[in-house]
Amino acid sequence: MKIKGATLTCLLLVVLFNLLHGQEQEISKLQRRATDLTGTLRSSELQALEAKLRDFERATSTQLVVLMVSTTGALPIEDASLSVAQANGIGQKGGNNGVLLYIAKNDRQLRIEVGYGLEGALPDALAGQIIRKEIVPHFRNGDYYGGINAGIDAILKATRNEYKAERNKVKSPSDVVAPLVLILFIVFLLLKRGLGGYRRSMFGRMGPTYYSGWGGGRSSGGGGFDGGGFSSGGGSFGGGGASGRW
Amino acid sequence: MKSRGLLIALVVIGVLAVFVLGIFLWGLGIYNSLVGLDEGVRSAWSQVESQYQRRADLIPNLVNTVKGFASQEKAVLLGVTEARAKVGQITVTKDVVEDPVAFSKFQAAQDQFSSAISRLLVVAENYPTLKSNENFLSLQTQLEGTENRIAVERKRYNDVVQGYNISIRKFPGSVIAGMTGFKEKQYFKAKEGAENVPEVKF
Repeated sequence: MKIKGATLTCLLLVVLFNLLHGQEQEISKLQRRATDLTGTLRSSELQALEAKLRDFERATSTQLVVLMVSTTGALPIEDASLSVAQANGIGQKGGNNGVLLYIAKNDRQLRIEVGYGLEGALPDALAGQIIRKEIVPHFRNGDYYGGINAGIDAILKATRNEYKAERNKVKSPSDVVAPLVLILFIVFLLLKRGLGGYRRSMFGRMGPTYYSGWGGGRSSGGGGFDGGGFSSGGGSFGGGGASGRW
Repeated sequence: MKSRGLLIALVVIGVLAVFVLGIFLWGLGIYNSLVGLDEGVRSAWSQVESQYQRRADLIPNLVNTVKGFASQEKAVLLGVTEARAKVGQITVTKDVVEDPVAFSKFQAAQDQFSSAISRLLVVAENYPTLKSNENFLSLQTQLEGTENRIAVERKRYNDVVQGYNISIRKFPGSVIAGMTGFKEKQYFKAKEGAENVPEVKF
């Protein structure tokens, strides 16, 4: 009976460990369009990339995302990059217009993963060319930012005219009014809180903040919050694109 | 007295009728979900097929490019061309996914084609001018991309088939599937020795 209990405890522990461990090893949930998990890029460089990618997405709805990791482990880069792209739903649901530039720094491997909807604008051969001619020469010199930037520019150029953001087509007055109303509402709330007493509002916020901090885990990517992080569009991938090494 | 018996009989018949109708509708629901799953398998299969077709379409171009630089590699080039012809000869009917023999034949031919192609690419490594030829590089990238797509679609197909096979073998589904003729579908198996890298001879 005692042994049985011990085994059960062991089993439970194993399950728990797996759960916790699994969470840690889970496929990167991207918060931003440019993420560097290796700490290679400076935060100013990441911000510049982020801004470029965000502007592009706003104009065309095409989501281009950069992720730099140190290694894919035992996984081939094709599998690692596809699972990140698919799990984060890069690209819009209807258009499947997502691209992931995935770099495994210590493996010296990279891949451009192309969503179903962009396989015409960015065929494998072109993706391979971008890797060989635009990115790899920079990477060989240790210039990661230069390589990523040149690669992004080439991908943007290839995909620019494939999709148009719907927001640009139809601009009804409600699109402008709604954010204004929201801002006014928030300002109103803040003012009300301020009048109601600083201490009470602090106290009221302590609890939830504490809990969410405990469950939320660490956040990836640097830079301050500017209200324009990456959010999944629900795009799908079929293994298109190209891989390369340097 | 008589009319009361009749009433009871009517009630019993009514309850039975409702019961039978309920079972019928329930079975219909299961049948419809099986139809949906079956359709899912078919569409996953057609994705697999079209990726294989895409690969076959790329090969003549690749063979010609390699010929231009390494025409002496006749055996390898011929091997690829023959394997491609064999793949083309296989007539893929709609029921291939339900026919174990036809399915394994299809897979064997495609796998043979794969190894012929990888032999060609290994040989190409020995020709520096070929290796740096832009046309060859582009074809090689396209081929790699296609192989990757094939791998992705094969995995998705296997996943869909698994869902389908489970639901026609589990209890309520198995009865309906048996009555309406849903058959188990075939999986792609990992190639024997797929993890072995082709040998390089100098």
